[in-house]
Amino acid sequence: MHKKECIAMILAGGQGSRLGTLTKKLAKPAVPFGGKYRIIDFTLSNCCHSDIDTIGVLTQYKPLVLNSYIGTGAPWDLDRKDGGVTVLPPYVKELGGEWYKGTANAIYQNMDFIDQYDPEYVLILSGDHIYKMDYSLMLEEHKSNQADATISVIQVPWEEASRFGIMHTDEWGRIIAFEEKPEYPKNNLASMGIYVFRWHLLKEYLEADEQDPLSSHDFGKNIIPKMLQGSQKMFAYRFSGYWKDVGTIESYWEANMDLLSDYPELDLYDPDWRIYSVNPTQPPNYISPSAKVHRSLINEGCLIHGEVENSVIFPGVYVGPGSRIVDSVIMPNVKVGANVTIEKAIICEGTLVRSDSLIGYDEIDFLFRGNLPENSGITVIAEGMDIPRWTKIPKGSVINDLSYI
Amino acid sequence: MGELMGIINNTKNGNLLKEITENRYIASVPFGGRYRMIDFVLSNMVNSGIKNVGILVLGKYRSLMDHLRSGKEWGLATKRDGLFILPPPYYDGIRKGDLENFHYNFEYLRKSKQKYVVISRSNLVCNINYTHPLKFHKESDADITVLYTDEDLSKEDFSSSTILHLVSDGRITDMEVGPHKPKTNKVSMDTYIMEKNFLMDIIDETLAKGGYDFLMDCVVKNLSRLKVYGYCHQGYVGRIHSVQSYYRHNMALLNPNIWEEIFIKSGPIYTKVKDQAPVKYMENAEVKNSLIANGCVIEGTVENCILFRGVRIHKGARIKDSILMQNCEVQEGAALESVILDKEVLVSKGQRLSGSKEYPMIVQKKTMI
Repeated sequence: MHKKECIAMILAGGQGSRLGTLTKKLAKPAVPFGGKYRIIDFTLSNCCHSDIDTIGVLTQYKPLVLNSYIGTGAPWDLDRKDGGVTVLPPYVKELGGEWYKGTANAIYQNMDFIDQYDPEYVLILSGDHIYKMDYSLMLEEHKSNQADATISVIQVPWEEASRFGIMHTDEWGRIIAFEEKPEYPKNNLASMGIYVFRWHLLKEYLEADEQDPLSSHDFGKNIIPKMLQGSQKMFAYRFSGYWKDVGTIESYWEANMDLLSDYPELDLYDPDWRIYSVNPTQPPNYISPSAKVHRSLINEGCLIHGEVENSVIFPGVYVGPGSRIVDSVIMPNVKVGANVTIEKAIICEGTLVRSDSLIGYDEIDFLFRGNLPENSGITVIAEGMDIPRWTKIPKGSVINDLSYI
Repeated sequence: MGELMGIINNTKNGNLLKEITENRYIASVPFGGRYRMIDFVLSNMVNSGIKNVGILVLGKYRSLMDHLRSGKEWGLATKRDGLFILPPPYYDGIRKGDLENFHYNFEYLRKSKQKYVVISRSNLVCNINYTHPLKFHKESDADITVLYTDEDLSKEDFSSSTILHLVSDGRITDMEVGPHKPKTNKVSMDTYIMEKNFLMDIIDETLAKGGYDFLMDCVVKNLSRLKVYGYCHQGYVGRIHSVQSYYRHNMALLNPNIWEEIFIKSGPIYTKVKDQAPVKYMENAEVKNSLIANGCVIEGTVENCILFRGVRIHKGARIKDSILMQNCEVQEGAALESVILDKEVLVSKGQRLSGSKEYPMIVQKKTMI
């Protein structure tokens, strides 16, 4: 193997349990997003545009869809002779194997993979964030600071700060303190879970952390605090721009809706920073004479006869005449019959919604009882379902099998 | 390996589409919102299980090479067989026919291991599986099988096509090449199936007798001597040989039945991937009866149009009955009717352009209006 200056490790093993039905059959990084992509496309495309050509993707939870999606890495130009993308599931060693116990342990278990390339730096990334970022600028800053570790940070709204790891820096950007999810944050500089480390130093810390029986083997909880205690030179790299951790059904839905304003913060149409993905072979979408389409993203292979408003439509979707889709995310190959109304819903891949159904309607009982529906009123229908004719599904329901209806 | 190989003959198409084919030839003319003409025949071959495709080229083939590259998008970037670009021999004068191009690439034919070959062209918009006519070819024990469709002669101009005369068992007794008044409604698809060795023999033989054109000298002149059969393809076929037919067959895709037949029902039509985001329909977009490819951002009014990848229609712009190729931009308040814009045309604020459906106005690549 040739020596590489910097290689990237993408943490993609999380279940994303708060996404519920969306991650029933696939890992969070593989969840479809934005009418075309899977969440991991953003990170992989960023790597491609940042000239990082050697990447390990750490998978663990339901890896089938993710593994076959990444394949040889060709869609992101990562099918390289030297380097490229390697999927790294947990494996068995001489003394038995074990699952990845935490983010740091996942890297620890793959030290041999990293050592093959003898890199100066290792970039640790997360496979479940939506953003566009040039990692090469962060790496430059890391080098010019002669830092041991650089953590990418972003200013978050104060009211959300307690959900994140919060950094305290001095005037030169050196990190002086770190609080993991503080109850009363004194600062709103949140860690994005993106780190550059000097590999030889990180290796020492990973080895030491592995010996610590009390550690949960996590970067945010263990490695970063230990490095700070060890007075390593750690800097914050300030990122500004759109960044979203789509951890819950609401934030997933919101991040999709964020794309629909006329000039969204996340520009998907920048020819110099395309988001690459596995492209389905589908014709341009067809909007029929009876259709109405506003404020929406619609992908190829769709046939639209009805009305689509403020929605994200993935490839191969059919919307029958007289149907109306509002504030919704419709995943690939969903078929919607005639005179169906779908409001504020997420319909997963391949589901069939037969004619005259009503998805996400305001149930009068809610108003009487005064209790709010779950998921802030977002209705979720699992993949591959066949919703019979005349079905009514109240707002906020999560439908995984037909007995719920 | 399969028993059928494909050859796409691109050496016969001249400057059919005026401005549109000035700097490219028909194979690389954009079609249907995201395709190039060659995608149809090439995808048909791949979907029929063909793994070895040779592409005969001549003249301005830079844009075609750029489109095809390794053949990866069609699954043809393989170690065994795959995609082969077959260049013409160096020759200074005027070329008379396509046979010498075939002959110059005999080495490729010799090395190919398939027993049968299908020869077709890039100017056809259709979705066909060649295994059916191949079966017919074997069963009828023909020397050459010519694919054709039954057409309604009143609807379209077939004066650039070849018309077949068949007897009841399907044998072709006569052919009219480019007749003004066709005598039958059986129109050739310029697609032929035969044994590879037979192809090489007949080319050798014809060249030795001073012939130079495959259709005229190998097929038409030998109709009485050889067993030439016709196979009727049931399905939609668009033959692109003029601006009018280009416009008409693009617009035909706005019929959902044809859209489904061409793109969805049989195998998919593959093309070069551009990684464009989904189509963005903004707040004020009004879109009716249109085919819109990824990467487009629509803020104005679009009716009966085909928009290729990356087209931008700004607020208050109105376009109707038009075809806009890649990365065109129509600014605020501009209006277009029955216009074909080649790639990267910019129509600035308030401009008005119109042609007629019979004679759509063509605007050349990279023009600023």
